[in-house]
Amino acid sequence: MSRFSLGKYLLPTYTVLAFVFLMIPIAYTFVFSFNDPFKNTTGWQGFTFDNWTGVCNNIDVCLAFGNSVLIATTATTVSTILGTMLAIAVTRYEFKFRSSTNLLLFLPLATPEVVMGAGLAAQFLNAGIPKGIGTVIVAHILFTLSFVVVTVKARIATLDPKLEEAGRDLYAPPIRVFTKITLPLLLPGIMAASLLAFALSFDDYIITAFNSGTEVTFPKYVFAAAVRGIPPEANVIGSAVFFFAIALVLVFQIGGAMRAKSLAKKN
Amino acid sequence: MAAEFVARGADLELVGIRKEFPGFVAIEDLDLKIPAGEFFALLGPSGCGKTTTLRLVAGLDSPTKGKILIGNKDVTADKPHERPVNTVFQNYALFPHMSVVENVAFGLKQRKVSDPMPKAVDALKLVELEHLAQRRPQQLSGGQQQRVALARALVNRPSLLLLDEPLGALDLKLRRQMQVELKAIQMEVGLTFLHVTHDQEEAMDMADTVAVMNKGRIEQMGAPEALYERPKTIFVSKFLGQSNLFVGDVAESNADSVSINVAGNKITVPTKRAEKTTGKIVIGVRPEKATFHEDQAPEASSGLNVIGPGKIIDIRFTGVSNQYLIEVPQIGNITVFAQNVGKSPVTELGAKVWVSWKVEHSFGLSDLPVDNGEGK
Repeated sequence: MSRFSLGKYLLPTYTVLAFVFLMIPIAYTFVFSFNDPFKNTTGWQGFTFDNWTGVCNNIDVCLAFGNSVLIATTATTVSTILGTMLAIAVTRYEFKFRSSTNLLLFLPLATPEVVMGAGLAAQFLNAGIPKGIGTVIVAHILFTLSFVVVTVKARIATLDPKLEEAGRDLYAPPIRVFTKITLPLLLPGIMAASLLAFALSFDDYIITAFNSGTEVTFPKYVFAAAVRGIPPEANVIGSAVFFFAIALVLVFQIGGAMRAKSLAKKN
Repeated sequence: MAAEFVARGADLELVGIRKEFPGFVAIEDLDLKIPAGEFFALLGPSGCGKTTTLRLVAGLDSPTKGKILIGNKDVTADKPHERPVNTVFQNYALFPHMSVVENVAFGLKQRKVSDPMPKAVDALKLVELEHLAQRRPQQLSGGQQQRVALARALVNRPSLLLLDEPLGALDLKLRRQMQVELKAIQMEVGLTFLHVTHDQEEAMDMADTVAVMNKGRIEQMGAPEALYERPKTIFVSKFLGQSNLFVGDVAESNADSVSINVAGNKITVPTKRAEKTTGKIVIGVRPEKATFHEDQAPEASSGLNVIGPGKIIDIRFTGVSNQYLIEVPQIGNITVFAQNVGKSPVTELGAKVWVSWKVEHSFGLSDLPVDNGEGK
């Protein structure tokens, strides 16, 4: 007579329930992207592909989405470059105020978004800068920068400084040591950092709301629309973004697995 | 084939080198000249400044004071990539994102040498690894990685090859095997090798000249046999092998020999083997040069130093030899190695013995022990 095993039944049940709970909102979004928008309600009206084929019939959704992509791409590019340089500087070089720089880089991670958003809005107002896409981009660079630095720093910690010294020893001037050795070895960390920055920027609402003025981003649009029931086009875009992200992860995973396999084969 | 890599090695000269790091001095004042084509070993404990010396020569650190000349050209202000020097790093530092052959070709490509790939393959042939050219470094064993690192440095035909404890990460058997190969390659390519190690056997086995470093200074420099047979300081006598040391005031001194009195025992050293002939001095002998006698003291003669009686307090079997620790009242402990040839003189603890050795095997040192106490 075996005793009741917690691990055998309870844990799998709990795990499945947890995943179902996580997946419900995503499944809902996906299912309702096929809802017939006969009336703008939250109930199921009937199946249709119209929302997917004519996603930009509701031009406001598409404009908001376009704004968000523009903001996230620009902010991610700038914060990835700046953040990588900062991460290298604070880990590899001795300079005055290095530890204070490190501390200051962590502060935005700990600051509530409401505080940062409101503070930035007040600053833009004082400086007389009109709110718009530009101010949102600046705000997003600011709050994603810390995430990039932290992620890239973790990668630099695994990088043996001897490799760069070997490069210098083998006749490579500093710039080529960076492009041929440092950068390729940091690339996985930099990629991860930029994906994180993009995701954070793309769906940010609070800081954006404070600093965007009349410009509408995708999260802002959905938030406003949610009061009356979410338009199916928003569900289409939400689902599409989700599947795009999943596809990206799969490509990375499969690519990594294939590389590992080909390495193992050569052995 | 190997002729491809033969380049005239260059002299290395360090003049008045001093290197300070925040809070400590790594190298006090170093003068060193290594002739072209020589296999030179810098030997010392960790923290003695030997790796710092290597990094200064490579250009990875700059000296606080002094000059570095390679082939009579002052390179002190040159950046690492401008120096005709290559390094085999301690943990090889192979680039993990490149294949083995790309690693080896890296230096050639940086200098825009024509046909880098065939030359890299030739270098891999020299270390017998051309069949692994397309692998990644992390797929190779430690010994293979070590050889790739060597090929990556040798392919550039540097004037000077620096080796930073290159065998430290290998197990004992592989290390001995690589020592033989490394020495063979050095003879084949005729480059100047500067080898840094803390392994005294490795240094003595491979190098033409060994410099023993301690606390940022070179204590003694010379051929391995000369260093071993005739150490000049307490540090060298103990770092390079083991020594029994005896401290005493000079009792007799003439052109042939110097004698000291140690607790009633007369210990003599030939004058030509003594660094100091007056006052308080230290005389030593290697454990394998000493023997011991049971029951009665050996007949005293002018050619023999005799100490005793003492008693055996420890016996260790190490394979090729037995190591005996003999406690002599008022003098301290004396170590004696006896070849394990099947007739060990004594095998039991507590036996009463006398220790003796030939006067010509004594050596007189230039310094005194810091605590000035025990003879050992």
